[in-house]
Parts: sequence; C-alpha cells; structure tokens
Amino acid sequence: MSTDNNEQPLASGETELNGYWHDNLRLIAICLVIWFVVSFGCGILLVEPLNEFRLGGYKLGFWFAQQGSIYTFVGLVFWYSHKMNQLDKKYRVEEQEGE
Amino acid sequence: MDELRLYTYIAVFGSFALYFAIAWWARAGSTSEFYAAGGGIGPIQNGMAIGADWMSAASFISMAGLIAFLGYGGSVFLMGWTGGYVLLAMLLAPYMRKHGKFTVPEFIADRYDSKTARIVAVVCLIIASLTYIIGQMKGVGVAFSRFLEVDYGLGLAIGMGVVWVYAVLGGMKGITYTQIAQYCVLIFAYTVPAIFISLQLTGNPIPQLGLGSTLADGSGIYLLDKLDQVVTDLGFKEYTTDNMGGSLNMFAYTMTLMIGTAGLPHVIMRFFTVPSVKAARASAGYALVFIALLYTVAPAVGAMARLNLMETIEPEQGQHLVYEERPQWFKDWENTGLLQFEDKNGDGKVQYTADTKTNEMVKVDRDIMVLANPAIANLPYWVIALVAAGGLAAALSTAAGLLLAISSAISHDLMKGVLTPDLSEKNELLAGRVVMTISILVAGYLGLNPPGFAAGTVALAFGLAAASIFPVLMMGIFSKKISGKGAVAGMCSGIGITMLYVFQHKGIMFVPGTSFLGDMPANWFFGISPNAFGVVGAMVNFAVAFTVTKLTGNASVEIQQLVENFRTPKGGVSKAHEH
Repeated sequence: MSTDNNEQPLASGETELNGYWHDNLRLIAICLVIWFVVSFGCGILLVEPLNEFRLGGYKLGFWFAQQGSIYTFVGLVFWYSHKMNQLDKKYRVEEQEGE
Repeated sequence: MDELRLYTYIAVFGSFALYFAIAWWARAGSTSEFYAAGGGIGPIQNGMAIGADWMSAASFISMAGLIAFLGYGGSVFLMGWTGGYVLLAMLLAPYMRKHGKFTVPEFIADRYDSKTARIVAVVCLIIASLTYIIGQMKGVGVAFSRFLEVDYGLGLAIGMGVVWVYAVLGGMKGITYTQIAQYCVLIFAYTVPAIFISLQLTGNPIPQLGLGSTLADGSGIYLLDKLDQVVTDLGFKEYTTDNMGGSLNMFAYTMTLMIGTAGLPHVIMRFFTVPSVKAARASAGYALVFIALLYTVAPAVGAMARLNLMETIEPEQGQHLVYEERPQWFKDWENTGLLQFEDKNGDGKVQYTADTKTNEMVKVDRDIMVLANPAIANLPYWVIALVAAGGLAAALSTAAGLLLAISSAISHDLMKGVLTPDLSEKNELLAGRVVMTISILVAGYLGLNPPGFAAGTVALAFGLAAASIFPVLMMGIFSKKISGKGAVAGMCSGIGITMLYVFQHKGIMFVPGTSFLGDMPANWFFGISPNAFGVVGAMVNFAVAFTVTKLTGNASVEIQQLVENFRTPKGGVSKAHEH
C-alpha cells in the first residue's frame, strides 16, 4: 500500500488533507500491527511457547487462537472508529449530514 | 418424537411467518430500496443484518463441528472469519460508502474508469457467490430432512420458496429487516443449547468461561485437559495442539479467510445501506460484536460436543457403548446416513478409535455435531426445535444476501451498466427481480445436484474472493496510480492462478469424496492446502496490477481526484439514492 502523497497539485487544503490521510494511515498501521500480533503472532506462530502458560483451563496460545484474538478484533474496530471520528473533527472533514 | 416434531413445526413455520410479515411490510418500491434499502439503515441494525448475512449454514451448522474434530487447527475459521472485519472496517467499507454506489463492480468501474474491469469483477463475483450459495442450499435441505423428516428435495423447494418471497419482493430493504429478525433467531438458537451444555458439563452458564473451567463432576480436572486425555487415549491427536498441516498452512489459511471475508461482495454491499461514513465505520464494529457472540461460543460448543460424543461411546476407558443400547439420537442420525457403525470385531460394542482398521464409527459427519448436540446432551425438545429454526435462519439469510449480490451484479452492472444503459428504473427493478428468480432456481438446482466438491465450496469461495476482489478494492483506495489495465490484469491472474491451483490438486471437476481438509500431499506449494491458496492469488493480483500499471501508465488525473474525494468523509456523502 503506497500513500502516493504529493503526486499532483491539488487546490486549497491540500496539506491539510494530506495530514488527515497520513494520520489515518498511521492509525491503520497501529491497528493492523495489533491485529497481526494477536492472531498470527500469539495464535499461530508463537502458540507453542505461549501454551506453556495457562489462563484457567486454557493454554494461553490456544486461548488467543480461539477467544482472545476475537475480543481484540472487536476492540480494535471500535477504537479505530472512535479515533477516526476525532480525526474527522480535527481536520474538519466530518460529514455535513448527520446520522 | 411426535412432541418434538410439533415443537419443530411451530418454531420453523412460526419463524417463516415472521419473515413473510416483515417482507410484506418492507417491500421495495425503487431501485435504491431494492439494491441499498434506500441508504437509511442505522449502524446497529446494519450490524445485526451483517451478522445474519455473514453467518451462514457453514458458521451455524458446520463450524463447531469442524472445530470439534480439528481442535486447535479449527482456530483458522475463528480468526479468519472474524479478523476479516478488521480489514473491512479500516481498508474498504468507509471509503466505498463515501463513494456511495449500489454494487461492488460499480465501485470498481468508477475507480478504474473501465467497463472491462466491471465485467471481470462481475464474473469474479458470480463465481465466488455461486460456490458459496450451494453450501447454503445444502444446509437448508439437511435441516429440513433431519428435523421435519421431509424429503431433502422438498425441503430445498420450501426454502427456495421462502427466500423467493422476501428477497424478490423486498430486495435489500426486505432482506435487511428479515436478516435482523433472522439474526435474533439464530443467535438465540445457538447460545441457548450452548448455555445448557456448559452448565451440565462445568456448572458455568457462560460457554466462553465454561470452556476454560473445571468439570462439574467434582474431579477438579479442566474440561480441555480431560478432552485432550480422552482423545489421545483413543489415538487421536491432542485437541488443543493439533495444528492442521503445520504453522505455515494455518497462517496462509487464516490470511486467505480474512482477506476473503473482506472481499465478499454480499457483505460489502451491506455497508451501502447506511446513511454515512461514520455509520459505516460504526456498523463494522457492531457487526463484529454480533458475530463474535457466536464465534466465541462455537469453540465451546465444538469441544463440549466432542467430549459428550466420546464419553457416550466410551464412558470409561476400555468400557464401550453396547450397540443395542445406543441412544435415540444415534439411531436418528444413522437413518440419515451421516453416522455409520460397522461392527468389525463382532462384539456388539462400539469401538471408536483413530485407527481406521479397528475404528467402528466408520462415518461421523462433522456437520451433525451442532444439530445433534442438544439431543446428545438430553436437552428439552423446545431447544432442539429452536436449533432447527436457527439453522434455517442462518442458511436463508445468507442465501438472500448472496442472491441479491448476484442479481444486482447482473441487472445493475451487466445490463444497466454495460449492455442496455437506457434501461428505465422501473424496468431495471423488474429485471432485478427476474434475475433473482432465475438465480434462486439455479441455486436450487445446484443444491439438489451438488457438485462433488460441495463440502469444500464455502471455504473455496473465500479463496476466490481473496484472490480477485479484495486486492483491487484495496489498491483502488490506497493507491491513486493503479490503472484499469492493471486492475483487470490483476483480477484475472489472481483468480486464474487460484483456480488453477485448486483444479490441479483436486481435479477439474473436483472428484467426489475429496475431503477438503484431508491428507496433506507432499507436492503442495510449501505445504499450502488448496483452500488456503487465496492469499497467494492475492499477492499475485497485487504484483501483476502494480507491474502492468508501471508498464502502461498511471490512472488519469480525474481518477486521482476521485480517490482524493472518497478518502475523506467531507464533501457531501452521495446518498445511494441520489445518484
């Protein structure tokens, strides 16, 4: 995924919109790192070492694969949505029509 | 049994009556209502509708059964089918909603300024959606034939009739409101038996916690430890560590399911029904909550069902169930052929082991686990009846969403968009309904005569969506340069190489009986199973699109401005019904 900034001149507000897009990309990157770590990381690649630890009757790696990753996904989507609403306001690009 | 049948009839036909009433109340009067419910669905409602749209017969009936027999390896479905929503929420849904059109191929047509891209997208969409819909039709037939003891074909016909009424009449608007009702039916039907069983086994009413608890028999042993011990005693692989063909295969499979999820048109379309970008982001979150409710319960259902099954057949180590004393559910499922016993050593007892030479449970179809679970656990009749209604709700709601995706791709993209652009709105609506009727008939035919690969079709659909649709949508949003030529080449090569790989390993016509999670032939590419190959197809798609764009030139300045526009919510959300 490339950001393709500055590739063609735009009218007024260009820098501001680039800032908005840049912040959005950074937010997505943070979310996707967490997304990757809990599922592919803890749930698959690191499952064996994590299984040495336990969470009640669950082996920890197994728990991440069948429970923990899903809870994290839910949290991530809401957090992203919340942060984006803040960014929309910060850069004054929110929609005119409300919900 | 008669009392059970009575309850089942009440639950199933009561829920059908509800869907009909909703369909009549929410019938569509315009193309905007038919394709996008007029763009007026709230985020929580849309979240529920996405939940039902998404959770198919595969999620409701098959998934817990898959997990029951795959153990830890079944995690690929849990992570894959939920993690895709993270991608959808951040990489696709808000921008596609901002652009504000009716269908996925239409978005591709606008972004790449290419009719060819639109047609290729329609073809990819139809291939992915049709493979998916066969599974739903099969689910409808199985649920009817088992619970109402009617003929499989008749059950299928009833299911087709029900979908026809509310999907053709109501379009997206009718489908949305029926899906909300269907979500409630299916989640209730899924969690109630799970709560009962969790209480029975562990004393904890919350299945997610019950799975990590100790058994209620006073032994103080954790449920999962007991299960590990029971299955390994019989020679099966340890439940909590059996990793389905190795880490790389699991990695690729999970990734394929995730990007496939994000690329399924019938799910993406649901985001066109909300009024704003903000609502699109929020409804992804709500959708995931509603989906996670089922997906975090499913592993508990799977593990507990496996334990119950094992302990019914072998109550104590070395002590076996006497065949003549087998419980009623055992006989019922034997009648359907999905459970088969063969007394190999002639002792009249059931030996269930991992060794195919001595194993006497010659067939335990994993699809029966969820449906048989309430009976195995001796739950009351009304719970069993509820499961039948839930399974049907799951299959019908997904079938309706898929039918809408297929018919809109044909009537809106192919006819209105390419072949007959001067089609009036009234005629387009009529065309949409006619195409949907034909699609239902085709789906019904395929459900009645399922191709040999039916068992693996749902998983295959994800591979195809992952390799074709997801990459072009993502590139279309995150790169301004990728051109129409690049997109067309990318889609064709992505879906092409994926289908080639699948055919190569499963035969062109998918030799019947090829189990899709079967043996792991040594000649698979890095040990990646055909169903997990979509992610490789997606990478090929990205690489080809990028290279072709480099060679033939970037997208035009107008297109680059269009991309700028849908990257921000501001600038007037074009409501779906205003364009």
